[in-house]
Amino acid sequence: MMKNWIAGAAVALMGLTGGAMAQDYPDRPLMMMVSYGAGGATDFQARIVTMTAGNEDALGMPIAIINKPGAGGRVGWNWFATQADADGYTLGAYNVPHFIAQSIKGGVQYSTDSFEPIANWGADPAVFVVAADSEFNSMDDVVAFAKENPGKLTFSGAGLFVGHHIAALQIEKAAGVKMAYIPTKGGGAAAMKAVIAGEVMGGVNNLSDAFRAQEAGNVKILGVADLERSTFLPDVPTMKEQGLDVDNSSVNFRGVMVPKGTPPEVIERLAATVPAMFENSRVAKKMKAGGSPMHIMTRDEVIEMWAAREQTLKELLAGL
Amino acid sequence: MEFIYYFGDVFSPLSFALLLGGTIGGLILGATPGLSPTMAVALLIPFTFQLEAVQGLILLGAAYTSTVAGGAVSAILLKIPGAPANIATTLDGHTMAKKGQGARALQLSFLASAVGGVFGVLLLIFLTPVLAQWALAFGPSHLFWLAILGVTVIGSLDSDSVVKGLLSGCIGLWLATIGFDDIMGAQRFIFHPSLGGGINIIAALIGLFAIPQVLTMFAKGRKTQGAEVIEVQKHSVGKAAGELVRNPRALTIGTITGSIIGLIPGVGGQIAGLVAYDQTKKFSPDQDKFGTGHPEGVIAAESANNAMVGPSLVPLLTLSIPGSPTAAVLLGGLLIHGIFPGTDLFDNHPDVAWTFINSMLIGQILMCIFGLYVAGLAARVAQVPQSVMAAVVLGLSVFGAYSVQSSMGDVYVMACLGVMMFFLERYGFSAAPLVLGLILGPIAEANFIQGSMIANASVGMGPYFLGGPLNIFLMVVVAASVAYSVWTELRTRKVQNAVEVQS
Repeated sequence: MMKNWIAGAAVALMGLTGGAMAQDYPDRPLMMMVSYGAGGATDFQARIVTMTAGNEDALGMPIAIINKPGAGGRVGWNWFATQADADGYTLGAYNVPHFIAQSIKGGVQYSTDSFEPIANWGADPAVFVVAADSEFNSMDDVVAFAKENPGKLTFSGAGLFVGHHIAALQIEKAAGVKMAYIPTKGGGAAAMKAVIAGEVMGGVNNLSDAFRAQEAGNVKILGVADLERSTFLPDVPTMKEQGLDVDNSSVNFRGVMVPKGTPPEVIERLAATVPAMFENSRVAKKMKAGGSPMHIMTRDEVIEMWAAREQTLKELLAGL
Repeated sequence: MEFIYYFGDVFSPLSFALLLGGTIGGLILGATPGLSPTMAVALLIPFTFQLEAVQGLILLGAAYTSTVAGGAVSAILLKIPGAPANIATTLDGHTMAKKGQGARALQLSFLASAVGGVFGVLLLIFLTPVLAQWALAFGPSHLFWLAILGVTVIGSLDSDSVVKGLLSGCIGLWLATIGFDDIMGAQRFIFHPSLGGGINIIAALIGLFAIPQVLTMFAKGRKTQGAEVIEVQKHSVGKAAGELVRNPRALTIGTITGSIIGLIPGVGGQIAGLVAYDQTKKFSPDQDKFGTGHPEGVIAAESANNAMVGPSLVPLLTLSIPGSPTAAVLLGGLLIHGIFPGTDLFDNHPDVAWTFINSMLIGQILMCIFGLYVAGLAARVAQVPQSVMAAVVLGLSVFGAYSVQSSMGDVYVMACLGVMMFFLERYGFSAAPLVLGLILGPIAEANFIQGSMIANASVGMGPYFLGGPLNIFLMVVVAASVAYSVWTELRTRKVQNAVEVQS
């Protein structure tokens, strides 16, 4: 009896250690680290896009979400870069430009070289919002006011070195004006509340959250910081259309990565399967219902995107 | 009165089963150390994927309601506050349990929770549009003054002397500065990677309250085991209800403070219980009894933290802004079903909105019934021998601290703070003011910096922080609170001096 039990435990242990063999990968459930709290936009989307992982045509094993929030994502990504097992069973969610901007500013233990991207699932552009009763009706109005009153136009965003902050820097640079960026503690929701309550004159926020706030009649969306108009907001022009040279550097890309050192055959398997898993129609339906824009990219496309972001961000943050 | 039409939906078989399941599950999750209401609701969201929107929300609403109340169980019996909301409950609740009055404390806490909770949900039903404006009225300068008001409470909260209270408050304020700062981008006091995210409040709570207790139990050793068996007194529910009715002051102050403070985005839930406790103490003729197992303390704290549940959802439901971490999680639960909170919710999905709100109303009552049922059984925990109890509490503490964000770092933080608190307690310092400093520090700091950034770009610091009726009102309250503390301190000194002279 006891012998059987020990033998069983030994077999299980071998299964745990030798599991990274490519043929039978994955033979146990995977986990994905999200470096933001449960219930936040990243967590919420990560749970939706991984819900079909257990299907036979996907990985055949479920993915469990583990939250390691703190310090704007730094805690989670530090853990992922230094302590996560590179055996293919520990995935992580990335947010670009956040982690790249943080690695450029320093004080963290990761950079783009610490991770291997697998696939991208979503892209949430930053938008410029003002309260519903604001006198501003276009980015021109905003820029004109900022030109007349240098440093007086207050606008909120979720913290420093996140997509909102990047968009704010780009808008200021493109328009050649100085405005007062007010970083809030407590993420996009707190920044949005400041706009609606009239504590600040405008704000940069996530397209998905701003879309909801506009539907509720609380804000006006003046411009999208992306290359193309969003399908959620076909009537809102991009910054470029309004004469501001702002590209998609601030778009919040979300996707899956693994730590450096993960066996190449495992990366290959994941890179082939995960984008198809994101394309599942159930996933698309849930994402659309939640107002979360999808943008599926393969591993090669993400590698290229990371490199391009790093370049732009280095230039943009050099002056700070 | 629209909400009455949707009461039927709550009682459809599946909905009611979910309501029952959510309530009972919530009580158990709430009573488990480390599982805060936010965590409990987040854990349940994946289950709602398979359900209709209404049913999913009923489950979440019921769980939210009962985890807040369930936190009282571990706070009273084990002195482990499950969430910041339950800190004030430990102060008198656990002392009552140690005297063998655990059943009474639990009954009072569940009854007070139900009264506060129902009042809060009724506010949500009838006054939502008005309350939404009130929630928006608090800008950075007002939140700063509110945090300062909280700081004035520190000195008088559960300490031998004002000075020791203030000193523990300062330690808490310092601990709160650890970590990355989101606003200025600075790193402070990060000597170890596990401090990068700052001190997690739940891990800190467990460490500060539970660990000193465990150490004290271990320090006593096994020799006193036989002598200290506590006789658990039985207490009838009727008597508890009577007691509640005879203490209208604590109940009223708790309920009203809880509902007002619960509304304010970003502050509410964490300090409602402590502020209500302090106010009740100041208005009570039996001030000295607080902290020694006084039922009024339990009533005030628990009615306040459940009264906060309804109003805390106002900003979310009307303006689509989640005002608290739990509301943010509920927002995810709504979005997954394609429902946008705000006018859309009440205009196009009134069945969802009102059924959800109604289920919280009924959930409060179910929570009370089940809570009272377990109260008698749970109070027997006090009969467990101390050596066993110490091991159980230690185990639960480690589990709770780890489960918050699946991080061993939090367990180390909990252990270090716990050992530190054990020695501080020997010198007459107590944990409650320290925790209050830990909670209020970031609120005061972030709002001051944000406010000053806005002020410098607009009207200037003076008018921004000192002008406007709400700022002035809050400053007057702060001044009154300080003056009151000074006056009581001087009075007690005079009395003491007089006693010394006589002797």
